[in-house]
Amino acid sequence: MFEIRFHGRGGQGSVIASEILSKAVFLEGKDVQSFPFFGVERRGAPVQAYTRIDDKPIRVKANIYTPDCVVVLDPSLLKSQNVTAGLKEGGYLLINTEKKPEELTIDFKGNMATVDATAIALKLGLGSKSAPIVNTAILGALAKVTGLVKLDSITAAISESVPNKPEANAAAAKEAFEKVLIRRMAA
Amino acid sequence: MAKVVMTGNYAQSYASKLARAQVVAAYPITPQTSIVEKIADFVSSGEMETQFIKVESEHSAMQVCISAAALGARSYTATSSQGLLLMHELLFWAAGQRAPIIMGIINRAVAPPWSIWTDHTDSMAQRDTGWIQYYCESNQEVLDTVLQAYKVAEDPEIRLPVMVMEDAFYLSHTIEAVDVPPQGAVDAYIPLKRSPWVLDIEKPTRMGSFMGPDIYMEYRYIVAKAMQESRKVIVEADEDYGRRFGRSYGGLLPTYRCDDADVVLLTIGTASCTAKEVVDELRKEGKKVGLARMRVFRPFPEEEIARLASSVRAIGVVDRSWGFGYAGTMFTEVAGALYKSKSKPLMKDYITGIGGRDITPQVLRGIYLDLLKVREGDEEMEWWGLRRPEKEVKHNA
Repeated sequence: MFEIRFHGRGGQGSVIASEILSKAVFLEGKDVQSFPFFGVERRGAPVQAYTRIDDKPIRVKANIYTPDCVVVLDPSLLKSQNVTAGLKEGGYLLINTEKKPEELTIDFKGNMATVDATAIALKLGLGSKSAPIVNTAILGALAKVTGLVKLDSITAAISESVPNKPEANAAAAKEAFEKVLIRRMAA
Repeated sequence: MAKVVMTGNYAQSYASKLARAQVVAAYPITPQTSIVEKIADFVSSGEMETQFIKVESEHSAMQVCISAAALGARSYTATSSQGLLLMHELLFWAAGQRAPIIMGIINRAVAPPWSIWTDHTDSMAQRDTGWIQYYCESNQEVLDTVLQAYKVAEDPEIRLPVMVMEDAFYLSHTIEAVDVPPQGAVDAYIPLKRSPWVLDIEKPTRMGSFMGPDIYMEYRYIVAKAMQESRKVIVEADEDYGRRFGRSYGGLLPTYRCDDADVVLLTIGTASCTAKEVVDELRKEGKKVGLARMRVFRPFPEEEIARLASSVRAIGVVDRSWGFGYAGTMFTEVAGALYKSKSKPLMKDYITGIGGRDITPQVLRGIYLDLLKVREGDEEMEWWGLRRPEKEVKHNA
């Protein structure tokens, strides 16, 4: 079982990201379960979404407390949220930021990755200038960092489920896949 | 369609479309809203031919469904928590009038304190309204059960309304893979048939009439009898569904690894799904534990429980609702079912998961380990995982 927690802000598309990821994983024949943080979402407020992936049927119906991977869609959350809470040692931390993994001071023993998903989203005209939608870009990066799902499956899931600008969204995933910077944990 | 990923709420929407519900009326309430939004999408895109009636309250939504049923239309609605409580009066009407309405219930705690998270108080409080009650543990089961519910509800011998429950968020907003059966197969399973007991301008009749003490009792008896007989129909509808679609759920009280179990935990809703994981883990450690799931709470599976009791040392009940002044809602019913049974296992009621408190594998593991230690004379009820001892609770002045 592989467990992912997404941190974002209401309106950024964290929940949709977990849904697209579910579809991509499902296309590859694995079992999947995704859910938003069971709360009252508001635009701009910190939100969380979760995804479980397994080769066997997933039976656990409970929140995720010790994820294998954390994805941060908004770097400003690093100041207010403990994004590494429960994150497994040796796991993955993927952050949307213009910084390189080496420039971040986060206490975490695992694989760190960064990608400027905001710049990619702005360039491709996803969302507005003040509120770019970074969820599809970040999924491309996630595919590269974890090797959990193929980029093709992500873009196929995007084409299937994104009503607005599916091509630009798929292009965002592809670009982030190529541009993501990864600092692997020393063996 | 084949397998797709969808939420439990969409499973309700797809099922109502597959069932070709002719009238849908509902009032929005978190976390039910997306069921009706999806149905509205189906209707506006022309995928679903239904009369979608907007109403000003849940009470009116239920009245629309009752009226639709009186005219012989297949109807569907969905609600949660306070919305269900507002319907309470009309729930008796629906059952008494033998209206085969199907209602999705997203189990949500009751206020106050205000909460949108799950527990089962809302639907358990409808226990005596004459509705059949199913509780699901997966999105697939939600879709399949709504279809089975139509089969049961419209059976000429039964003609009772049915609630199909799903836990708020754990199913309602969780995405899982769901197999959507082909329309033709669903049509063959639950063909739309006009009931002979409907209002008809050619043959004037009345429904819900005034009845004196000389005959009222007989009418209630007929409803009671239909509910008793629905047990058999529920099992048959499940088996028939299994033959046609390859999935069935084990009737009213499906069990898991109970055959040689020393202790069995009885759960309801999504906690059951998590509990199977825990049963497997404990079995690996050599502990003889099993699981029984209250899939159908009304009619109550008393015979199944009595059978289960004959071979186990202790039964634990995980109650996600509480009957003020006595005990957990399921516990009292299970204990009652054992009254006639020759073998009387020890029992313990675990009240947990109230207001959406997470029932994790660790929580259930703790409950199983506690149940394995239960001895005669032990405390029979425990609010499991309370965070603050009573003495610390202070009221704000």
